[in-house]
Amino acid sequence: MPTIIKDQVITDSPFTTLSAAAANTETANCLLPMAYYAAHQDTLQNRQDIGIWVAAGEAVEDIAAYVHQLAVIALDFPHFGDGRGYSSATILRRQLGYQGEIRAIGDVRRDQLEQMLRCGINAYELAEGQDIQSSAAGLAGFSFNYQASIDRPAPLFRQR
Amino acid sequence: MYIYDNYDQTMVDERVNQYRDQTQRFLAGELAAEEFQHLRLRNGLYIQRLAPMLRVAVPYGMLNSPQLRKLAYICRHFDRGYAHFTTRQNVQYNWPKLEEVPDILAELASVQMHAIQTSGNCIRNVTSDQYAGVAIDEIEDSRPWAELIRQWSTFHPEYNWLPRKFKVAVTGAREDRAAVQVHDIGVRMVERDGKIGFQILVGGGLGRTPVIAPVIRDYLDKEHLLTYLEAILRVYNRFGNRENKYKARIKILVRAMTPEVFAAKVEQEWLTLRDGPDTLTDAEINRVKACFTRPAYFEASNNPSVLVSALKEDFAFKAWHSRNVKPHQQAGYAIANLAMKATGIAPGDVTDDQLETIADLAEQYSFGEIRVTHEQNVTFSDVRQDELYNLWQALCVAELASPNLGLLTDIICCPGGDYCSLANAKSIPVAEAIQRQFDDLDYLHDLGDLDINISGCMNACGHHHVGNIGILGVDKKGAEFYQISIGGSASNDAALAKILGPSFAQEMIPSVIQKLVDVYLTRRESDEQFLETYSRIGIQPYKDSVYA
Repeated sequence: MPTIIKDQVITDSPFTTLSAAAANTETANCLLPMAYYAAHQDTLQNRQDIGIWVAAGEAVEDIAAYVHQLAVIALDFPHFGDGRGYSSATILRRQLGYQGEIRAIGDVRRDQLEQMLRCGINAYELAEGQDIQSSAAGLAGFSFNYQASIDRPAPLFRQR
Repeated sequence: MYIYDNYDQTMVDERVNQYRDQTQRFLAGELAAEEFQHLRLRNGLYIQRLAPMLRVAVPYGMLNSPQLRKLAYICRHFDRGYAHFTTRQNVQYNWPKLEEVPDILAELASVQMHAIQTSGNCIRNVTSDQYAGVAIDEIEDSRPWAELIRQWSTFHPEYNWLPRKFKVAVTGAREDRAAVQVHDIGVRMVERDGKIGFQILVGGGLGRTPVIAPVIRDYLDKEHLLTYLEAILRVYNRFGNRENKYKARIKILVRAMTPEVFAAKVEQEWLTLRDGPDTLTDAEINRVKACFTRPAYFEASNNPSVLVSALKEDFAFKAWHSRNVKPHQQAGYAIANLAMKATGIAPGDVTDDQLETIADLAEQYSFGEIRVTHEQNVTFSDVRQDELYNLWQALCVAELASPNLGLLTDIICCPGGDYCSLANAKSIPVAEAIQRQFDDLDYLHDLGDLDINISGCMNACGHHHVGNIGILGVDKKGAEFYQISIGGSASNDAALAKILGPSFAQEMIPSVIQKLVDVYLTRRESDEQFLETYSRIGIQPYKDSVYA
């Protein structure tokens, strides 16, 4: 059971991530690879305890048809410098209207948390070796933001 | 110029604190070196050959006198008494201490400056035309739009970790002085059916794979500027190459997809953003435009008698005036350029004392504002014509009156192997050797417009691909050699220079340049400029002469 930061609170999550090799339709409370879920969607579609994880290069539009059935969508950051997940999160929230948990997994570190938060990622499973207590401070961003984002949908100029 | 309100100031102050915290955690061993590297780069701090290098943002090149004095103060207290104007209108310090950088940033913040996004794989400082707002060939002042792009791109959470660096340039004039065709995004103001909007170019660039950018949208209404840029960035962030950093710039993506397919992809993405919250409002456009109003000009007419007689009597002043002074929108005013290219001084280098002199002279002669140009020079945008002679005399005393703007000796040059850890070869001594070879001013004036651009490596900070003559430092079995190319241009007729042939040792360069110039002088017809002669006769005569 991983310890994560979710909605600013440190908590244990029932959802564990299964690799492509370990993926199956039996395990409860797991995050399955996006492609695996798509292939087994008929079997899995009524399960409330299943989420998916999306690789950085995968297109989240592909799950538009059943996105609202998913309890958790995890976005994998293979390296903290790989920014594709920020666009995936934005698309999930703004274009697909997904309201559930979006979790960052992979190389997730303190100094990127506030950018993730602004793009609609609301849960963070930190990389190995990262201190979760002190990392929570990384969620504190700037008092204002110029551009529209998921957490502040109106750009600053609309309140100036 | 743009004046910060409480929002702008708060964000810059908070950034100083954030970076101070990151620096402290790094020094305390709590932040891994690899991670801190990415974080410090997003604040312009490189670790270079001899010391760290700090790049300070000068949005679209504009500085006021208090800011210049602050830059001078930083030179004196945190560095070695000089700074460097870059080819992207920024300022660099070559000798700051890593642990003092947060203090430098706090000093900068006190005069509404910062080093945000001056490096790293994010949207970099936006550049523009140094004559914006005063150019006679202007469609519209580009600075408000550059400022709006600056604000939109600052701390954009979705685009802080792009595949590679990303540079945007904006021009509002008919002549392109911002090199928009060799930027990741070029924004060009255009008029269509009596309406002014933007033409959008994507995927130009220099570096290893130089490309002239294709137009991906011929016309865009003004209010859509930010949402359209957002669509471009999203397509790039998602589909740009992240495996190979040499194929990661947007130009490679545009070329691989073809400009047509890329444009269609952007249009499709834009449908999800169009008319959304980032759509510009008239109130916001007017708020920013109000920062770029025309100064309180005196009523005056062109060619006042004091100027006319000074031009008649003082040949040195006339030489400076003919090259460095440009016409102005306002009668009785002129644009005056300070060429920071005195022989023996690294191109773009400026001392603390010179910065203060520039600050004082700007207050006295040009409403207290200057612009840094991408040719590494300084522009006084609003000088009364009847004060040009006084200004020039003051510049002579400060050794800032080089009368060589746009001439062969006005060389664009990166810091090169003397400072930069990426460089294959030195560039500053090459520039100096060329300047020494061509020391006859009459001769230089006769040669006319001729850009020489020097880069110490293929990253092309010295823009060698778009020099009329380009010089590239290359490593040849451990020795520094230089490849010469010819025929490049960064203006409206943007073109990439063609390589002449095998490279040369450093000491050969001045004589090679001399041979190229001799071909031009022998073959030119009537008042052809260097580039025009080259376009007419092609590369072969130059090859024949150099490799004879």
